[in-house]
Amino acid sequence: MLEKLMDIDRRIIFILVVLAVIIPTLLPINLPISVSAPTRQLHDYINALPAGSTIMLAFDYGPASLAELNPMAKALLKQCFDKDVRVIGITLAPEGTAMGSTLIQEIADETGAIDGEDYVFLGYRPGEELVILGMGSDIASVFETDYNGKPLADIPMMTNVTNYDQISLLIDLASGSSTEIWITYANVRYNLQIAAGVTGVIISQMYPYLQTGQLIGLISGIAGAAEYETLLDAPAKGILWINIESFVHLLIAGLVVIGNIAFFVQRRKEE
Amino acid sequence: MEVFGIWVAAFLTLCIYSFLYRDNPFYRFAEYLFVGVSVGYVFVLTTHQGFIPLAWKPFWAAITGESLIGLIKLIPICIGLLFFTRFSTQHQWLVRYPIAILIGAGSGLAIPNVLRANIFEQTRGTIEPFAAIHAGTLSAGEIFGAILMVIGVVCTLTYFFFSIEHRGPIKWVSKVGIAFLMIGFGSAFGNTVMGRVALLIQRVDFLLNDWGGTIF
Repeated sequence: MLEKLMDIDRRIIFILVVLAVIIPTLLPINLPISVSAPTRQLHDYINALPAGSTIMLAFDYGPASLAELNPMAKALLKQCFDKDVRVIGITLAPEGTAMGSTLIQEIADETGAIDGEDYVFLGYRPGEELVILGMGSDIASVFETDYNGKPLADIPMMTNVTNYDQISLLIDLASGSSTEIWITYANVRYNLQIAAGVTGVIISQMYPYLQTGQLIGLISGIAGAAEYETLLDAPAKGILWINIESFVHLLIAGLVVIGNIAFFVQRRKEE
Repeated sequence: MEVFGIWVAAFLTLCIYSFLYRDNPFYRFAEYLFVGVSVGYVFVLTTHQGFIPLAWKPFWAAITGESLIGLIKLIPICIGLLFFTRFSTQHQWLVRYPIAILIGAGSGLAIPNVLRANIFEQTRGTIEPFAAIHAGTLSAGEIFGAILMVIGVVCTLTYFFFSIEHRGPIKWVSKVGIAFLMIGFGSAFGNTVMGRVALLIQRVDFLLNDWGGTIF
């Protein structure tokens, strides 16, 4: 029996994983969600901002990471628009332009936010570090127009925003090394407050920055998105997907335990 | 049109997942299509969001006499064009100049900021809790965490210190460092699994709800 388990066709495991996803998707079960301190810190920071404040939201990810980052982006945008906090959307990743503009438009339609008054999407400029440093002096020197080609001077919410001095917080939604770049150039050089929402792959790299206060908050993958939706009391894909994810994690943990038991039993027999 | 887009996305998703059974022409078609579309998209976007607003428009405004300040863009444009001398065996030595400028400017911008963000701030973050311990403002759990962090930093750095042979006490300290590294890698791997499973869940959700919605 255990020998058979050691030689199991990997495609059977694929089928088990797919079933562990499909069954809870069709029969949703709500498991309790506890909110971590870094997620709560970001939520409370935005909640404490006075109405009319401006934050910058960087969509530094592509379609390959939308499963983890779109739910948290939606929750953040909803919170900002509900709190009357203005949002400047930008991206350092070319693939982020379509993601960012579509997402902001979608949430603006839901909440009634107005383009140019409550939000603006500036789009993409190449040169990561140079873009960040340039905006520290003058945003209009890097983005003369928004993504739709409208000059910044003609956008009402940008009339009093020149550089980072007028921006209360930058939130970097990242699937790569962009958060480190924002910290290195915008936080160190211009003292801009930074928070991040990141994919599971890079969470571990972010904790040292959280511990030093270089990040004032952190949303970690799909679990963090579910926590944020819980804080806003606005259940959406984050909560739905983390419940499904829990079943897959149970399956994977079970397979790891069974695999190890089978391995050690077989090795003992061979000895 | 939206329904057509959903069907294309569903077909390509199934093509990619067909690789789980084995390599096949459908998977390769989707893979090559993805690579081609990605390169085309990035090229067009970089041209429209980078080259045209940052180089071409100011330069054209200078030529037409609308704004002569755009002439200054001629300097970086000419330096950038030197990269293309690589294609000529006679002139390829000129490529050293833009590379030298890039490395020089890049290092000048990066070194002070990276040192401060990743060395000075991290060192401060590691030793600062001890000031709070001295002031008596930390709980027992936080004190334990602060001490554990210093032990982890010292042991891990010792593991990467190769100027002394790892024997005797140094060997044991570096072994503790390996244990900290393993815990770090385990945490990173666990989080990676969470991320990858989330991608699968999103695609299954798309297939069942969005694609399924167009069928049933």
